[in-house]
Amino acid sequence: MQRYSGFGLVKHALRHHEDWQRQWRNPEPKAQYDAVIIGGGGHGLATAYYLAKEHGITNVAVLEKGWLGGGNTARNTTIVRSNYLWDEAAALYEHSLKLWEGLSQDINYNVMFSQRGVLNLGHTLQDMRDIQRRVNANRLNGVDSEVLDAKGVQEIVPIIDGSKRARYPIMGASWQPRAGVARHDAVAWGFARAADAYGVDLLQNTEVTGFKILDGQVVGVHTNRGDIETRTVGCVTAGNSGVLAGMAGFKLPLESHPLQALVSEPMKPILDTVVMSNAVHGYISQSDKGDLVIGAGIDGYNGYGQRGSYATVEHTLQAIVEMFPIFSRVRMNRQWGGIVDTCPDACPILSKTPVKGLFFNCGWGTGGFKATPGSGHVFAATLAKGEPHPLAAPFSIDRFHSGALIDEHGAAGVAH
Amino acid sequence: MSQSAKQPNRLAAGGCVDRNHTLNFTFNGQAYTGHPGDTLASALLANGVDLVNRSFKYSRPRGIVAAGSEEPNAVVQLGASEAAQVPNVRATQQALYEGLVAHSTNGWPDVQKDLMGWIGKLGAPFMPPGFYYKTFMAPASMWMTYEKYIRKTAGLGRSPTETDPDIYDHMSQHCDVLVIGAGPAGLAAALASARAGARVILADEQEAMGGSLLDSRECLDDRPAGQWIADALAELERLENVTLLPRTTANGYHDHNFVTLHERRTEHLADSAPSIEGRRQPRSRLHRVRAGQVVLATGAHERPLVYANNDVPGNLLAGAVSTYIRRYGVIPGRRLVLTTSNDHAYRAALDWLDAGHDVVAIADARETPDGELVEQARARGIRIIPGSAVIEASGSKRVTGARIARIDREAFKVIGPVETLDCDTIASSGGYSPVIHLASHTGARPSWNETILGFVPNTVKGVAAAGGARGIYPLADVLADGADAGAKAAASQGFEAVFETTALPRVPAIREGEACALYQVPHEKTTLRAPKQFVDLQNDVTAAAIELATREGFESIEHVKRYTAMGFGTDQGKLGNINGMAIAARCLGRSIPEVGTTVFRPNYTPVTFGAVVGRHCRELFDPERYTAMHQWHVEQGAEFEDVGQWKRPWYYPRHVNGRLESMHEAVVRECRAVRERVGILDASTLGKIDIQGPDAREFLGRVYTNKWAKLAPGRVRYGLMCKDDGMVMDDGTTSCLGENHFLMTTTSGGAAAVLEWLEMWHQTEWPELDVYFTSVTDHWATMTVTGPEARKPLAEITDIDLDRESFKFMDWREGNVADVPARVFRISFTGELAFEINVQANYAMHVWKTLFEHGDKYGLTPYGTETMHVLRAEKGFIIAGQDTDGSVTPEDLGMYWAIGYDKPFPWIGKRALSRSDTRRTDRKQLVGLRPADPAVVLQEGAQIVFDPQQAIPMTMVGHVTSSYYSPTLESGFALAVVKGGHQRLGETVYLPMADGTIHEAEIVGTQFVDPEGERQNV
Repeated sequence: MQRYSGFGLVKHALRHHEDWQRQWRNPEPKAQYDAVIIGGGGHGLATAYYLAKEHGITNVAVLEKGWLGGGNTARNTTIVRSNYLWDEAAALYEHSLKLWEGLSQDINYNVMFSQRGVLNLGHTLQDMRDIQRRVNANRLNGVDSEVLDAKGVQEIVPIIDGSKRARYPIMGASWQPRAGVARHDAVAWGFARAADAYGVDLLQNTEVTGFKILDGQVVGVHTNRGDIETRTVGCVTAGNSGVLAGMAGFKLPLESHPLQALVSEPMKPILDTVVMSNAVHGYISQSDKGDLVIGAGIDGYNGYGQRGSYATVEHTLQAIVEMFPIFSRVRMNRQWGGIVDTCPDACPILSKTPVKGLFFNCGWGTGGFKATPGSGHVFAATLAKGEPHPLAAPFSIDRFHSGALIDEHGAAGVAH
Repeated sequence: MSQSAKQPNRLAAGGCVDRNHTLNFTFNGQAYTGHPGDTLASALLANGVDLVNRSFKYSRPRGIVAAGSEEPNAVVQLGASEAAQVPNVRATQQALYEGLVAHSTNGWPDVQKDLMGWIGKLGAPFMPPGFYYKTFMAPASMWMTYEKYIRKTAGLGRSPTETDPDIYDHMSQHCDVLVIGAGPAGLAAALASARAGARVILADEQEAMGGSLLDSRECLDDRPAGQWIADALAELERLENVTLLPRTTANGYHDHNFVTLHERRTEHLADSAPSIEGRRQPRSRLHRVRAGQVVLATGAHERPLVYANNDVPGNLLAGAVSTYIRRYGVIPGRRLVLTTSNDHAYRAALDWLDAGHDVVAIADARETPDGELVEQARARGIRIIPGSAVIEASGSKRVTGARIARIDREAFKVIGPVETLDCDTIASSGGYSPVIHLASHTGARPSWNETILGFVPNTVKGVAAAGGARGIYPLADVLADGADAGAKAAASQGFEAVFETTALPRVPAIREGEACALYQVPHEKTTLRAPKQFVDLQNDVTAAAIELATREGFESIEHVKRYTAMGFGTDQGKLGNINGMAIAARCLGRSIPEVGTTVFRPNYTPVTFGAVVGRHCRELFDPERYTAMHQWHVEQGAEFEDVGQWKRPWYYPRHVNGRLESMHEAVVRECRAVRERVGILDASTLGKIDIQGPDAREFLGRVYTNKWAKLAPGRVRYGLMCKDDGMVMDDGTTSCLGENHFLMTTTSGGAAAVLEWLEMWHQTEWPELDVYFTSVTDHWATMTVTGPEARKPLAEITDIDLDRESFKFMDWREGNVADVPARVFRISFTGELAFEINVQANYAMHVWKTLFEHGDKYGLTPYGTETMHVLRAEKGFIIAGQDTDGSVTPEDLGMYWAIGYDKPFPWIGKRALSRSDTRRTDRKQLVGLRPADPAVVLQEGAQIVFDPQQAIPMTMVGHVTSSYYSPTLESGFALAVVKGGHQRLGETVYLPMADGTIHEAEIVGTQFVDPEGERQNV
């Protein structure tokens, strides 16, 4: 692998950039792999990378039906944080955040992980109770987090409307300084390049059409480019997980919904942190290119179309202008949608399945990007050992039978 | 000063500007003049302003390239005042108005003497695409510092820092036929549809309708095109079934023919919407249109050729040159070189010549150009250089020359000597790309058409493209195609429409030679070594960048786009994308259709947030709901709490000894009033659902955990509702009004969700049950009179017998209160004797005031939600959503009495409660906490541990859900969930706080006051 550095860049510039190598190969599929990852998004590529790096398993293929990182990795609003309420979720996301903190150096690819802090605003007394609860839990779990009052919020984001004129005036926020944003495409490409360097075959335009299962054990996959033998399959296909599970003959407790996001035109820096509001319902940050990157909730209906309804866009911008009245004259450049796979308890599935050798990593819903390295790391361990990594264990499919749910929308609550 | 000296590039005649009137404007602080009819771009060109901006990455000088929405460079900051600032306005789309103030968005200290330009020049070799992924990694700690400087160089314009003074409208509309684009195809389509009687909306993004006809050299029915436009518009205006929307961009095409049209109502008049006849005008209006049929008559965008230094000011699109001359009477230079792959672009040279200026040469990439326009040019003595193209422009802040050479398109190389021609303007044309953006929004992928060398749209049901939008370019064909599409659209909506060619204007056909495929022009040097050849001008994406991306393995066009940022600008690649795809195809050895296009997404052009938001902010962001007694609360000086959409009185601070009570003081006083005498709460916000039908009782039994089979008319019961996962979702009382008639109450915030929940189960799971639900929350106002003396004031104004024996706890009675029909419920959320009086909301203020007239002597005291919380918590009454969070079962709450495990029908959540995790005995369970120090009020949300010495991460065993100071107990107290709490009464737990203190508390029962429940029965 050609090593990237500032010095290297200068060297290449002097040679008119004629000697840059491919960042990853474009290989032909082999007949057999020790492990096959279905889905070449961030999570799948991270899984392949850590399989190779941490477990020495390099005879691995990543099967991607389109282009690498073309699903939700390319469509999210790039927020990375770990201030989750429940111990199990906080541990998983904090594990991920710690990996983010050294990721650029680890994979020698600048993923531009920018720890500019995330604010989760509170607008009602119940919001503030929930924030206190979550921040207290974070603190005792070793996750950096603090409660700010309205004045504290205004100090960090002077342009937000902290006045009482707002429909739901800001009462305070939780603040996680180590949280931030990253360059989403670079995460996929960085993991792809690093995995490829270990010998992992990244097979694009390769769609899985079925599983070969013998006596309850997966022994291969059918693809549009021929059959591939393997006894270990990790399925990391987000919104299409239900479809893949159907091919393997079981169901997953997932709903696929459209999730939309939008960006403004690029502007000079005006917003340094990430601001999220559940009650007013929108979140916003400004990218290094200057776009305001904006999102909100999922569309209520199920679907596989990577488009959503316009009403969601309207509500989202209403929330943003409500919080930032000065953005009223800023202009919306582009909107898009992805398909998110949501679980009943708003937590992912990292699990064995009824088919031996077939594992699923899905159900990340609206919050998968932040987990990319952590998800790949624990899923790789799960594939390598055949048993769940301790951090993955609580996220087994079994929890939907036992009732041991990890309800991350629980803390939202309703008012009386 | 003469006109020409003021506007050196304004032609003496021609164009649609009004030379009799002058408009003053400033650009970068310099004063200029223009005329009504000008865009900011045409006025800048008229004034000889070449340099309008600096580029995004390399800070290169940039000028105006295009005349419409595809313009990548002339992006300006508009606005005279801070509040009226608009970032990133395209000068080519901004009508000139008196007093317009605009600035370049980049360039420091100014766009002429830009210092960043030097950094761009020196740094450019070190900034290939994605350079930032390859560096800034060491040392890791420095990234945030590097990033700070990267961010500073980012962005185009800037956000205003003051609140928008303007308002925005929404309008929802239906029509039979929506025609997008009012060029020749659109006008013909609209006429055909409208004549058939269809309701037509015709929207066009430009200041004037007419599209390409506005600068056409052709005649229709032997008259100049402008006259035909005027006639067509006059006819459309006369028709009542037609809505004409000029200055209106169809910016998003959503599912099921839902199209958003952004109409700029006043942006051509001022930077902030003026008042007209004293009425505030909306700055813009967003039409949300559901169309029966859509005709996309969006035309085509010209493609520039990609040659070295093609970004120097003075490089324009050939069509833009014609537009500026013919529509605005502006000549953008003096000496023109045209470089083209097609006949159509020859118009620019002819127009230039007509305007009286020199055409130095036409470099035509075709070996034997021979169309009619070519012959006209030849006949007028223009030098035509076949088989050639401009390979490089000279100059830095303005074109000074063009380097022309023979090229071999197939071999992609220069094959002849280079000739340098002296010129100040280079017009280029590489053909035309149909505007497929809107069709692409629907998810339909376009197909490559080798004849027209462009992508043409595939369309979903209910939409058709017409004219240039589907690659039909000769004017006569465009008109016919438009009329045909319009007639078919109307017919599809049930109107009798016949397409008659005789209705079309006569247009003489022009014989055109075949165009050739040329995108990037070869240079003597390789692409990586040649001077920069720009593909996406706004994002500074070069042909070399695309080549490099493909070398690095970015083979999908989506990867190329993302790695190079091609098409990510505010123009969304309208000019550059097809060229970029062609270059990627060449580098990968594939064809353009194999490479494919990226997906275009809304918006077609950027839309102001305010326009999308409309009036839905501030008080209309979410409706504020008030109870019928709201005004009284306001007059009493109540502080309010947001509960769902409701404004509820939180507490009523009084002036005591000339000082306003604190919340604590007010709540202590209100609590004492209820516990010692009598208080009153406005409880109108409680959700109320009227449930009727023969199966109402059965239905209640299925959605509530407890039993409903035997509740008699006149009786009330508390009910607990679970989700299907067995977790408590809501609670409230339900009263039996009659055998088949019940009134359910819900939490204030949960009312809508509960009604939806009931409807969902009824409609999807149990449609066989005969039961109906009606929200009656707003119909009934509710006032709770509670306290040991509650009976007294009420007795004075009601005919209902309030005797404790005849009107028992959990009974309800009908009667009159203050001479108004009322339902009175004897239920209690305070633990005291309580009557909940329900009256029709419009009588409520009268009843409320009458209660006070009679209650004053008993000390009747209004109390708010905070006091309500303290009083209910003292009794251990939960609030769903505060003491529960979606992870709490009825058993966790200790409410075994409310669970009917033996009911015949398995109610919602029952099965889930039998799962292994819900059967655990060490679940987090609701308990009371008494702080060791009575002065301490524990923090709501504080986490609970058993071992305060444990290092982080600590084992958390629960948290405080409700916590208050109790005036009755004269101490703090709390409700909490604690692991295995029901078995741990008397044990001590610890609460480690952020400031390092660790509170200590004892686990106790949840009923702190009157555990025997005697007080409610006095």
